[in-house]
Amino acid sequence: MKRSRIALIIFCLLHGAMLCADFFAPYAADQQNRTLPFAPPTQIHWRDQAGRFHLRPFVYGMIANSDGETYSEDRNVAYRIRFFVPAEGERASQFGLHLFSVQDPGHLFLLGTDEFGRDLFSRILYGGRISIAAGLLAMLIALGLGTLLGSIAGMVGGVVDGAIMRLAELGLALSWFYLLLAIRAFLPLRTPPLETFFLIAAVLGFTGWARPARLVRGVLLSAKERGFVMTARGFGAGPIYLFRRHLLPQVLPVIWTQAVILIPQFIMAEVALSFLGLGAVEPLASWGNLLAELQSYRVITSYWWMFTPVIVLVLVSFSYFLLLNSLQKRVHSVAV
Amino acid sequence: MRTAQYVCRRMTAGLVLMLGVSVLSFILSSLVPGNYFDEMRLNPQVSSQTLAHMRLDYGIDETLPHRYLHWFRNAVRGDFGFSFAYNMPVSSLIWQRLSNTLLLAGTATALVWIVGVPVGIFSARFTWANRITSLGSAALLSVPELAVILLFLAFFVRIGTMPLGGIAEGNGNAGWARIGATALHLLIPVLALAIVGLPIVLQHTSTAMKEVLEAPFIQAARGHGISPARLLLRHALPAAANPLISLFGLSLAALVGTSLLAEVVTGWPGLGPLFVESIFARDFYVVIAIVMLSSSFLIVGNLVGDLLLFAADPRIRRTHS
Repeated sequence: MKRSRIALIIFCLLHGAMLCADFFAPYAADQQNRTLPFAPPTQIHWRDQAGRFHLRPFVYGMIANSDGETYSEDRNVAYRIRFFVPAEGERASQFGLHLFSVQDPGHLFLLGTDEFGRDLFSRILYGGRISIAAGLLAMLIALGLGTLLGSIAGMVGGVVDGAIMRLAELGLALSWFYLLLAIRAFLPLRTPPLETFFLIAAVLGFTGWARPARLVRGVLLSAKERGFVMTARGFGAGPIYLFRRHLLPQVLPVIWTQAVILIPQFIMAEVALSFLGLGAVEPLASWGNLLAELQSYRVITSYWWMFTPVIVLVLVSFSYFLLLNSLQKRVHSVAV
Repeated sequence: MRTAQYVCRRMTAGLVLMLGVSVLSFILSSLVPGNYFDEMRLNPQVSSQTLAHMRLDYGIDETLPHRYLHWFRNAVRGDFGFSFAYNMPVSSLIWQRLSNTLLLAGTATALVWIVGVPVGIFSARFTWANRITSLGSAALLSVPELAVILLFLAFFVRIGTMPLGGIAEGNGNAGWARIGATALHLLIPVLALAIVGLPIVLQHTSTAMKEVLEAPFIQAARGHGISPARLLLRHALPAAANPLISLFGLSLAALVGTSLLAEVVTGWPGLGPLFVESIFARDFYVVIAIVMLSSSFLIVGNLVGDLLLFAADPRIRRTHS
């Protein structure tokens, strides 16, 4: 019970942060600061140089060193961190309020910047929104398609059942990642960002329907033979009533668990695709895009903060894993 | 004889599947806007006559059925067309890459099984070991593959003594030196892949063994005074082997597919980078050949897994004959 609650809290925190990226992220995902490439995370201070304590934290200005790679703090100017700041410019239309920001010439990069001086923290939040949304949408497609085809196969039986199951076997027989890349290979390379997003989600969804379909069919076949279902049929219940009233409740636990299994799998698939450059493309931030920068030797060796997306990815994956565990326990305790 | 019949039927089904895959690939590839030569048109150094000549040479403008039949006739003889980007036959391009991929994935798979099965058996036997391994494998399972590979890479970069990309320095060294260099280059991707694959084998082994160890016949054998080691290896392991053999078949089937990401990240010159490259270059004969290759591996791997199951379990043999 306790562990499942922790899982749920981590899960909600992560997803809430991504969902409200407009509120939590201090900068837009594509806002560049060309003068500050690969700036390290900004240090937040409470004590000024005289040693006095300030209730309101502040940051110092940032100046590039003469080597052109490192930065040092300009202790002469301090910028206070403000909370619940009204949004300005382009982002005002999105939410209208930011959790925190600093006065204008100052910068607050919680997790540093990338090669174009874009705030990594904001990019992780906005990128997470894309990656998780792609995972969710793909899950809905895969699960919807799988449940539909699996139910048809289980309810109708006969030739239809055979045909659908052969198709599912074909889908399972092909390694899903190769299938994914193969389908992606035969689609247009460069499309507008939004279209790309839907394209990826659709491709992911259409590669993943086979397993849920098989599971749903299996559960339906055994559910159809249970006593109360047979009784209901004996009393003259039609197939639609039977499905909705008696069979669907037995299938639902399987669907829930499959959903929790499929979402992280699809998120990782989207990340992998974008990592390879076949998914979300540049103006759009996605976790795969952020990780793709780690393919450069210079980034790996010199800029440790570029690894934070990996850690966020692990956290998200772990929270889904914990969620799955507690869900499975609950399903088992209800079913048995 | 039943076995031979069974293999024949499965092979036929596999060939039909391959045929379907190839037809589907061709249809999809013709639906895509753009091909390799469209990019070339933007290059001012390539004249339009040259381009027209090349298009004629490669048969780009033929009709789809014509192209497919042509490809099919050659593919049966082991010739999978011509790579536009590499300007060489696809088959000779792919064999080299395939052997690299198999070296990497094969080593990793072997490592996973050599470590996973004994540790899994061990953890099924002792409760404390089981607690450690189930916790460890749960933690590993929840870390995505890409993250494992990237963190590994970062770790070895910090250490700084390992070669980070490629397969071996190309300065013409031969014999033992070359083998040593290759082994050193193998280390990072193999370790990363093994860490991703290990928890699955570990969990399957320990679950299957635990289930069997609770069976009455094990209790009886223990009551007869059979030594714990013999009990575990001679009596319990064969009874628990079926799911493991199926899993082994699956991991054989996935040999070409699993290492794709690891290859791209660590710059291993296998099929993975070639596949991604050819997708970007619209080098379709290479894409189709790799898709065909991976699906043939899947078919053969699944078949081998089923045959192993057939050979190992007398119960399955009896129901089939």
